Amino acid sequence: MLEIKDICFKSDHKTILDHINLKLDEKKFYVITGPNGSGKSTLAKILMGIVKPDSGKILLNGKDITSLSVDERAKLGLGFAFQQPVRFKGLTVYDLLKIAVNKEISKMEACQILSKVGLCAKEYVDREINASLSGGELKRIEIATVMARNPKIAIFDEPEAGIDLWSFGNLTKVFKDLEIESEGITIVISHQERILQIADEIILLEQGKIRKIGKKEEMFEMIFEKPKCCKEDGERCE
Amino acid sequence: MNDVNEIDKKILKEIEDDSFSDKEVYNIRKNGKSIERKTNPFINIVSKEDNKGIDVYVNENTLLGIVHIPVILTESGLKDVVYNDFHIGKNANVIILAGCGVHNDEHKDTEHDGIHRFFLEENAKVKYIEKHYGEGKGSGKKILNPVTEITMKKGSSMTMDTTQIKGVDDTLRETRGVLEENTTLVINEKILTNETQNAKTIFEIELNGDNASTHVTSRSVATDESYQEFISNITGNSKCYAHVECDAILKEKGRVKAVPEIYAKNVEANLIHEAAIGKIAGEQLVKLMSLGLSEKEAEDVIIKGFLK
Repeated sequence: MLEIKDICFKSDHKTILDHINLKLDEKKFYVITGPNGSGKSTLAKILMGIVKPDSGKILLNGKDITSLSVDERAKLGLGFAFQQPVRFKGLTVYDLLKIAVNKEISKMEACQILSKVGLCAKEYVDREINASLSGGELKRIEIATVMARNPKIAIFDEPEAGIDLWSFGNLTKVFKDLEIESEGITIVISHQERILQIADEIILLEQGKIRKIGKKEEMFEMIFEKPKCCKEDGERCE
Repeated sequence: MNDVNEIDKKILKEIEDDSFSDKEVYNIRKNGKSIERKTNPFINIVSKEDNKGIDVYVNENTLLGIVHIPVILTESGLKDVVYNDFHIGKNANVIILAGCGVHNDEHKDTEHDGIHRFFLEENAKVKYIEKHYGEGKGSGKKILNPVTEITMKKGSSMTMDTTQIKGVDDTLRETRGVLEENTTLVINEKILTNETQNAKTIFEIELNGDNASTHVTSRSVATDESYQEFISNITGNSKCYAHVECDAILKEKGRVKAVPEIYAKNVEANLIHEAAIGKIAGEQLVKLMSLGLSEKEAEDVIIKGFLK
């Protein structure tokens, strides 16, 4: 179980996260959603140790991991897929996958990992992770590096960002499979209805606070409610 | 190979991949003299007067010739200046490996200045691999000043991979190229300096013929208190293309200066220069740490990949 206790975070005197409390269970697929600037990505980064909270605690199966570094958390089984994947001059996709699984793997095994995210693997395994890869390709590779680790807690920060809608259709299958197969906790930051549909529970963040947590049925109405500035007859306000 | 001892073998291993017993064509130079040589009917090696260097002649139409010309310096205080000329015949295709290793256990400076001139006839094709390496516990400096001059006739192409990864205290590397029409010159340079080492590289390329093109990539890492300077000077005199990339990673108190100069003298010339200098990006470290590497391990992986 992952417990988030009273996490607060400010940046430039602005409150980003305001007393966040959550308990996340194994075998569940959580989607954290909310408007831009609601603190979703910051919360995800705090879970991975990329950002340090001003106060509050994170407990993994009762153990306080708040002060642990990113690599220490990775070793405990946390995985994080970045919203904007990093490029590396000189490192190939194969190199990165070997680091991810932390052992020597054959190119065939690397290809199998890539196939899971819909990349025609043979074309990619020897490619450098540089500017020659498109945003969508990088994003899939990023997701593959996290899945390859089979993490106990997998965090995906906006997996849909930078991927065209056609490709994203395929990628939703990856997350559906994850929802069925994963023994761990999956946390996805997303705005995409197709990802929200997969969720066991949806966490709605607004202005740094949890507005509501619930099953998708009860959450959808709230999330997709019409913007307040629109009149009932659908006419746009000035 | 009676004149090759254990230290020599170790140096050869650093600058070459494997043993010489099965090599086709080679010339080993040690402390200013040629000590071993082998030629074949297609590639000949002739000594210049006074052991000042060699002339390598590659016959016309030679297919996939391989020439090894390693240089070993183990005599502290020696300044070895060598002039090697490569004459590559029409349509010949050849790989040339020129490693230079310096072992200096004493206090005197050891220096090797290799002046290599390449003359590529029409449609000749050369891959030139140069590796520089220094070792030894002495306080004497290990100095390498290679000069490479490339003259390319119509339709010829050359790729030059030059690497200096370890142990060279001072280096001035000059590469000059003159390109006729339909020629391609690709240069990949990798340099790592540490402690108080200095490395300066100068590229001067003149694109004289239509459709001449060059691509120069320099990747370097400057650590500790080392200093590097990258100077490129590309002149486009024709309908030509040039792309120069200088990428440098800084660590500790390392310093890097890049001085790009591109001069288009023809309206059809297309010349590009890119330079980026900075420390390892924080997000690269975080990404690798999120895959379980420590910060130090992540740094090593990034640098190793960058200089691969």
